[in-house]
Amino acid sequence: MTQAQTLYDKIWADHLIAQRADNQTVIYIDRHLVHEVTSPQAFEGLKASGRKVHAKNKTLAVCDHNVPTVNQASGITEPTAKLQVQILEENCQENDITYFKLMDKRQGIVHVVGPEQGFTLPGTTIVCGDSHTSTHGAFGALAFGIGTSEVEHVLATQTLAQNKSKNMRVIFKGALPKGVGAKDMILALIHKIGTAGGTGHVMEFTGEAVANLSMEGRMTMCNMSIEAGARAGLIAPDDKTFEYLKGRAFAPKDKLWEDAVSYWKTLPSDKNAHFDKEVTIDISTLEPQVTWGTSPETAANITGNIPEPTAKNDGISAMISYMGESAGMKITDLKVDVVFIGSCTNSRIEDLRDAAHIFKGRKVATGVRTLIVPGSGLVKEQAEKEGLDTIFKEAGCEWREPGCSMCLAMNADKLEDGERCASTSNRNFEGRQGRGGRTHLMSPIMAAAAAISGHLEDVRKYL
Amino acid sequence: MEKFTKLKGIAAPLLVKNIDTDQIIPKQFLTTVKREGLAKGLFYDWRFNVDGITTNTFVLNQPEFKNACILLADENFGCGSSREHAPWALLDFGIRCVIAPSFADIFSNNCTKNGILTIQLSIEDIEEIATASPTHPTDINLEEQCIKCGNLKYSFNIDADVKNTLMQGLDDIALTQNIQEKITDYEAQIKKLKPWL
Repeated sequence: MTQAQTLYDKIWADHLIAQRADNQTVIYIDRHLVHEVTSPQAFEGLKASGRKVHAKNKTLAVCDHNVPTVNQASGITEPTAKLQVQILEENCQENDITYFKLMDKRQGIVHVVGPEQGFTLPGTTIVCGDSHTSTHGAFGALAFGIGTSEVEHVLATQTLAQNKSKNMRVIFKGALPKGVGAKDMILALIHKIGTAGGTGHVMEFTGEAVANLSMEGRMTMCNMSIEAGARAGLIAPDDKTFEYLKGRAFAPKDKLWEDAVSYWKTLPSDKNAHFDKEVTIDISTLEPQVTWGTSPETAANITGNIPEPTAKNDGISAMISYMGESAGMKITDLKVDVVFIGSCTNSRIEDLRDAAHIFKGRKVATGVRTLIVPGSGLVKEQAEKEGLDTIFKEAGCEWREPGCSMCLAMNADKLEDGERCASTSNRNFEGRQGRGGRTHLMSPIMAAAAAISGHLEDVRKYL
Repeated sequence: MEKFTKLKGIAAPLLVKNIDTDQIIPKQFLTTVKREGLAKGLFYDWRFNVDGITTNTFVLNQPEFKNACILLADENFGCGSSREHAPWALLDFGIRCVIAPSFADIFSNNCTKNGILTIQLSIEDIEEIATASPTHPTDINLEEQCIKCGNLKYSFNIDADVKNTLMQGLDDIALTQNIQEKITDYEAQIKKLKPWL
């Protein structure tokens, strides 16, 4: 009898090729996603060494990080961003790689596009030169971010040299209360274990509440596993996963689909599989979460207060000072200037539906700038079909075009010095959304509540 | 990739926890299509004020540390974004080694690919080196896995494969291409086993 294996063990074993002369293990990469910011140097390196793209049909490219989210039809005006996108286009053309350009409705944030196209499949290995590649783990795929040298390595060989990580299981216990969802669950976990709590591990998220999450919710959860330092996040594929993928452009069809599903059903962790580390978190009394500091681990209950610095140099004072807060104040007393609903964490159709539900029949508070940035052209189209754009516009929000936007502020969407933002993105680092900008991470419904109230607010008042 | 065997020079202390790659190299420098020339963006928001004027308080702006080739940091250094621009910026500035109690996975991987040595030491040891520096240069010997600074001496652990890669300055892609036959075999096999891929 074979030893009980985790989902990660199974995917790893299925992708092992061999060891190299330097003892490093080489694994096969089934899917490679490419974007404009972390790929130009990789293609340049490939060309300089006379190497070719090994498996062009396993590579999909899209521009997302630096694209404008208004007036995309007139193209990119910012010269360096324009050049980067142009170089990506040329590289894709030269190497015959599928590329979704600006204004193609399939274009959008790489981690929204992959699943939406069925390019992301259970049991596969997926990499991209972007740390939020962990998102695809929601489908039971081993997906993680890599650097540009590794992007070049994957382009040249369709493999990666890597050592196996350890197994970690996260058990979410209990049922989700009203007004609380995947974003709150993952923020609470990061708060509990810290931003290095998952370092060296692949995390598998389990528990009834995880199984009950939609695919969008699962993507939100896996997306932020990197914020806990994990190499990757994983959720066992199930009927919901298969239902989501069926019929998508790159997903298998007919007999191949049936064969694939039978294989995918063998993937979930065996009953007695060994995990090196286990964390249990009770969510039955979880409140909506919001971060107050400059690290995602500073998540707190919305009904809570800004903490008092402790005696030792724990960084709390520095964060409170950067964030323009005062120790002990109520979190709901923090006024916001900007609200951003978007990013690879929360820009999918369900996120927009949830936010629209809060905005419906209400108005954004005076002086608050609210950006709603759909994750892809297809998400945008669907939202418009459902009339969500009208709800947003009537509430006083700006309805934008797809891209990474204010999550990392590489385009024109950024915070000014000192501005405070309620954001559905994934990082609240100093200056992340613009130099001197102050970011509070939260769910789409919490961001909508902040937009309406003009300050951080408990969304449960609006439910 | 340049080989890493020995390094001797000034170690600059930046003992802050969870320094993320957004701090190491802010977003506005990511629009480059080159690996070179990123030193100007290294720790930009800490090295320069909003008007672009050098800040005197930041460690790498202080005369005794501006030529540092070793960086001393606190736990979880390099967390966040996978941007390889972070090690490129360190390298372009002249930093060839970072010593911290712990590193984020992707960052330390990216360092190895660029010939930057990451060493894990306890924060107590790092604080000792910080106190001894800059009066004494820090001396790192990768072969012997030891660090000397004045009268201080430490040994460190390192993954044998990483050590080998750094010491020989190996071409990562060429090493993999040496087993091309096995990759081809694997591809033939999955074509049969998982034809949907």
